[in-house]
Amino acid sequence: MNIETNRRDLLKGAGALVLAFELPASEAAAQQAAAAPPPLPGSLRNNPKVSSWLRIEADGKIRLLVGKVELGQGILTAVSQICADELDIDMKRLSITSGDTWLSPNEGTTAGSFSMPDCGTAVRAVSADARRILLGLASQKLGAEADKLVVSDGTVRAPDGKQTTYWELVSGQELEVPATGKSPTKPASARKYIGKNITRIDIPPKATGSLIWIQDLRPDGMVHGRVVRPPQYDAKLINADLDAARKLPGVIEVVRDGSFLGVVAQREEQAINAAAALRQSARWDMPKEAPASDTVHDWLLAQKTKDVVIKDQAKPANLTAAATIEQTYKRPFVMHASIGPSTAIGTLTEDGVMTVQTHSQSVFETGAAIAQMLGMDKTKVRMQHVQGCACYGHNGADDAAADAALLARAVPGKPVRIQWSRNDEHKWEPYNSAMLLKTKAEVDAKGDIIDWRFELWSTSHGTRPGNNAGNLLPARHLAKPFPMPEPVNGGPPNYAADRNAIPLYDFPGQKVTTHFISSFAARASSTRGLGAYSNVFAIESFIDELAARAKVDPLEYRLRHLKDERGRAVLQKAAETFGWSNFKKQPGRGRGIAFARYKNLAAFTAIVVEVDVNAATGKIRVLRAVAANDSGEVVSPDGVKNQIEGGLIQSLSWTLKEGVRYDASGVRSEDWTSYPILTFTEVPPVEVVLIDRPGTPFLGTGEASQGPTSAALANAVFDAVGVRVRDLPLTPARVKAAINA
Amino acid sequence: MTALKVNGRTQDVSAPDDAPLLYVLRNDLKYNGPKYGCGLSQCGACTVIIDGQAVRSCVTSIGSVVGQEITTLEGLGDMSAPHKLQKAFMDENAAQCGYCMNGMIMRAKVLLDNNPKPTDGEIRQALDGNLCRCGAHNRIVRAVLRASQEA
Repeated sequence: MNIETNRRDLLKGAGALVLAFELPASEAAAQQAAAAPPPLPGSLRNNPKVSSWLRIEADGKIRLLVGKVELGQGILTAVSQICADELDIDMKRLSITSGDTWLSPNEGTTAGSFSMPDCGTAVRAVSADARRILLGLASQKLGAEADKLVVSDGTVRAPDGKQTTYWELVSGQELEVPATGKSPTKPASARKYIGKNITRIDIPPKATGSLIWIQDLRPDGMVHGRVVRPPQYDAKLINADLDAARKLPGVIEVVRDGSFLGVVAQREEQAINAAAALRQSARWDMPKEAPASDTVHDWLLAQKTKDVVIKDQAKPANLTAAATIEQTYKRPFVMHASIGPSTAIGTLTEDGVMTVQTHSQSVFETGAAIAQMLGMDKTKVRMQHVQGCACYGHNGADDAAADAALLARAVPGKPVRIQWSRNDEHKWEPYNSAMLLKTKAEVDAKGDIIDWRFELWSTSHGTRPGNNAGNLLPARHLAKPFPMPEPVNGGPPNYAADRNAIPLYDFPGQKVTTHFISSFAARASSTRGLGAYSNVFAIESFIDELAARAKVDPLEYRLRHLKDERGRAVLQKAAETFGWSNFKKQPGRGRGIAFARYKNLAAFTAIVVEVDVNAATGKIRVLRAVAANDSGEVVSPDGVKNQIEGGLIQSLSWTLKEGVRYDASGVRSEDWTSYPILTFTEVPPVEVVLIDRPGTPFLGTGEASQGPTSAALANAVFDAVGVRVRDLPLTPARVKAAINA
Repeated sequence: MTALKVNGRTQDVSAPDDAPLLYVLRNDLKYNGPKYGCGLSQCGACTVIIDGQAVRSCVTSIGSVVGQEITTLEGLGDMSAPHKLQKAFMDENAAQCGYCMNGMIMRAKVLLDNNPKPTDGEIRQALDGNLCRCGAHNRIVRAVLRASQEA
């Protein structure tokens, strides 16, 4: 198994990649006969050719090409498992090319827990198609019926002992065959990889320092670039001493274009020194006023909003309210905070092609945005994904790619490596929006919910490049700036700010209203789960409050309002695994439960958390956590557990500690001291149990656990010390204040 | 010219004495193990071992380590013959993205050298200054425990 990191070799070979799947005559006739075929599954919809996905190379290697990229979610391993099983090959025979805009199928952005539903589903169908076509060819060659042939690692054997191989069967001329999506897939009993835990293909190179990361690429003649960002979002550069910077050791070029200020130097530390000198000499026109994090929720309520009622179901007239309860929940801006700051390498070659190696999630659309920024034809910009530190959404990766392209344009022929500093990443990445959520419920005499009102205020969760240079940070700072397009809120079925705002519970009356704000208090875009984290926090905290008010066990109260069988199953599984019914309450300790089906159409997750709360200090210690998850059919059990546990721990960090601080002088959360995250001694033991649903669609996993974790934690704090903290994060000061209130 | 002893080999580099060891290891000597994470000694991604101590190479100048034994991740083992810690990280899939893994393995190596059978709590204490954003902490602890149980 080999993940391509040496792109030049691949490019050299690309012209010679021959392959092909001959379409048997009977097959062609059958396809012509089929009128108006049903839509192809997953990403085959937009990339219907078999040869877009699979290539059989003369040396017996099989190459899988995918548009989704590895972000640490293990997708390349999972799709390799699928491909190897459906094609009947050993995984070692497989090479993968992912996220190369000149080679890979365009699968859009790798986000939204869509990798398995889109890419995994497509790879399964196309691999099964390829196997069927190859067996058709083998049947003709070996003179045996296709269903009598046995395949082992690409070698096909007939009952009479004659054999051939996949790579002998391909004829040498490329033939582009449409996928059918109808070929039979492997029954569970015939699988070697799907459903099994294997070592992820990217971990051995990462554990040994072998070349795999974008940081490990060192093309000949590579030089180092740095960009000097403004001190504040809207600051404008008045002047800087470019000449002094040009005279510093190793400096090759200094670029100023409006408020975009960058330097290229021979050595990395020389680029850093020159950037520091430029920063010191730069004078900026600072805005007089700007929003501040301390008052962000007042700011949200004061903005002009676009209001959309996304659910409106009138309460039946025969139901009478015994009481009405209202609450407000808040969360601040939170950052992706990748451990590895964004990086990219740009090279403008003599043929007029700009190549950018990037860890962007959206190579195709970011490439088009970069082309627009440079005024180049988009066919002349090639983006190649190479693994970078996990991003958890739209972080600085795309902007670093744009930085690299701008500086590479200034020094043609030289590969320019951009490395954002820790400070750059903390201050300039687009955060997950602050939100404010108002809930209101009418309950009957038993305390059951008969009417549910939910309103949310949020700025955008989606300012990805999306083919538009105005979404690239450096393009907005140029002398002729590309204006940022007005952000829109993503609509159904996935939603964005209002993702998971519609409850999955069967409340008789329901009304959910989105108040979308198109201006910004701080730069914001997509972060793992978008609005789901905040919405689930509010819904699952509020329902817990209503359960407590009704004096009903919170698990029982949820089940009372939830018909969805798979939802009930994860709630019950999590509770049973935790030991919910035998829990012995101790002073200062508590347990909390919460649940969501991500996007109301993807994975089901229930979380139970146990905490200890120090009433004197307000400090929360998370003692343990349990997650039950149903992601549909499971390809990699360990991969799913890893994502669920990782999401849970990341959410504990958001919920306990995190909030970006900023004011008119700029972002104040600029490193790990001013923006602390959860550390080893604070991470609890986590148990993840899976409900596997063989034969059902892949639902995706990466964003399923964050929302329920936040509410489970707040609910456990309530159980421990009897106070509700509705303002995130749950810092010791807030918990202590609530206890003393 | 500065002579640095890395993974048992003495290598000359032409970089100023105050150049950070991290950049010299990565850019001049082309080691992939140590990673840039913060440049502030806050996250641990750049950890190397110098004379038996886990050291943050991003804030260490090359002039200060001349003549000392510097070990990078590559110095522990490779894909065909991984060190027991590297092997344990593979066997436990002890990562999501794995960007922090260099620091985790290097810090854990120093821990095991000094305390071959650490408890779960001792491992967490030792790794507390190494940041992981993916939430792979428990897997990392399991990998270190697994390595400690190997002969």
